[in-house]
Amino acid sequence: MASWDWQLYCTDMVTEEIAPKCFGAPGYETYLDAMIRGWGWTMFVSIAGLLVALVAGSLIGVLRTVPNRKLAMFGESWTELFRNIPLIVQLFVWYHVIPRLFPVLDLPPSVLVVIAIGLFTSSRIAEQVKAGILTLPKGQRYAGQALGLTLPQTYRHVLLPMAFRIVIPPLTSESMNIVKNSAVAFAVSIPDLAQFSLQASEQSSFVQIFLPVTILYFVSAYAINRVAKVIEWYVRVPGILGAK
Amino acid sequence: MKKALLVLALGAALAGVAQADTLKKIKDTGSVTMGVRESSGALSYTLGDGKYVGYHVEICQRVLADVQKQLGLAKLDIKYLPVTSQNRVPLVQNGTVDIECGSTTNNLTRQKDVAFAVTTYVEEVRIAVKADSGITSIAQLNGKTVATTTGTTSVQLLRKHERANGVDFKEVLGKDHADSFLLLESGRADAFVMDGQILAGNIAKSRNPAGFKIVGEVLSVEPIAIMIRKDDPAFKKAVDDSIKGLMKSGEAAKLYDKWFTQPIPPTNTKVGLPATAATKEAWANPNDKPVEEYAKK
Repeated sequence: MASWDWQLYCTDMVTEEIAPKCFGAPGYETYLDAMIRGWGWTMFVSIAGLLVALVAGSLIGVLRTVPNRKLAMFGESWTELFRNIPLIVQLFVWYHVIPRLFPVLDLPPSVLVVIAIGLFTSSRIAEQVKAGILTLPKGQRYAGQALGLTLPQTYRHVLLPMAFRIVIPPLTSESMNIVKNSAVAFAVSIPDLAQFSLQASEQSSFVQIFLPVTILYFVSAYAINRVAKVIEWYVRVPGILGAK
Repeated sequence: MKKALLVLALGAALAGVAQADTLKKIKDTGSVTMGVRESSGALSYTLGDGKYVGYHVEICQRVLADVQKQLGLAKLDIKYLPVTSQNRVPLVQNGTVDIECGSTTNNLTRQKDVAFAVTTYVEEVRIAVKADSGITSIAQLNGKTVATTTGTTSVQLLRKHERANGVDFKEVLGKDHADSFLLLESGRADAFVMDGQILAGNIAKSRNPAGFKIVGEVLSVEPIAIMIRKDDPAFKKAVDDSIKGLMKSGEAAKLYDKWFTQPIPPTNTKVGLPATAATKEAWANPNDKPVEEYAKK
């Protein structure tokens, strides 16, 4: 096994010369620069995708529990559509097929990737939000309406505050999945961590590139886990649902 | 955390252990594993159904026939294993693949990990564009988007060129050659920079071959060679001697002709890329010089 060469990370990827600074030296792009740029793309795709997923997923999850059958059906179809097709296939559909069918939708690749990952995950989040709402006793819904609240108000003030607290753990896990799933972005030419690792390992040591990349993925997903734990702790209500 | 690192390091160290005596391994097991590519133009590609063909695949088959003769084996079982740009070096290093017959550039970085047989093909890196784009040289790529394939030396080459000449283009990386060509075809990229034969092959296979052109200057010249394990002089000699024999008898030129200028399966289209002067030179004077020595000239 080759010895660990720390200078590799300070080496310019283009000329293979050592740069004056490891990070951000003008006129150079070191392995470290490129890795951080790749990591930035990974985080952009993950976080933007997560936002899309949370908004769309919550909306669809709520729709699936409303009394209106047409809206509920729409929610069901959405969920089944997006969760029964592999992510990589959906990505290709968004990237290659939809812009050809609808030339108006010829968005930049990064936006298409965010939509693909966001909507894929939205179906999973919708499922969890629905489960969260259905877990609540029926009486809560009736109580809300007996108080004279409209349906949206019942959701806003009675059902959703409880349902979201219940589903925080599976949502956490979904948020971590998005970081890992973001690696598919590489397949449509987003210069993310996965692409960096493949290109850089071609030019240089396999172990020295893949080890830090693996750790970066781990750290990114774990950071999201920790943030979610803080949220979970912050929103808990004494006396109910696992709160001590 | 420390323990996890230790396990990873141990795995990596184990992967580095390889049998150095390939001839003995072949003799003992009566089988050999040939690394091949799914789509490396006419050098090495699949017909589906576990069949692999191409110029380098056929050269390797001739080489292995010679090895079989040398070892006096009645039967030699050739196993084909598809490899990728990313895993070919580690697979040769750890002994999974005995002889890699794809499209690997012989360079100094790789020579630290593996050995190369004498160069059988000299590649020229070129630019493919849409025929109606009006682009004829790399200088015209200013402000354009240029595609190339992740995990290839062309990426580095393109970046070097960009920096040296002050041409400012956007670079987008396809995950494989088919993907990069799709970027060009669908208009997401204005040019595709890659090995000439890969460009020629992709254009020949495309729906509208007349719609694309290979233009501009040669960006670099790269010796492509068959890859074998390091520190195994006996096996290297066997492979080199066999290939040199093919070159001397003119057989190598015939094989080249068969794969690069004649119609080839599965679609019976021609790559249409006659041997370049550099390739002919490599046949006339067999050598295993890395790309760095070619660049000096």
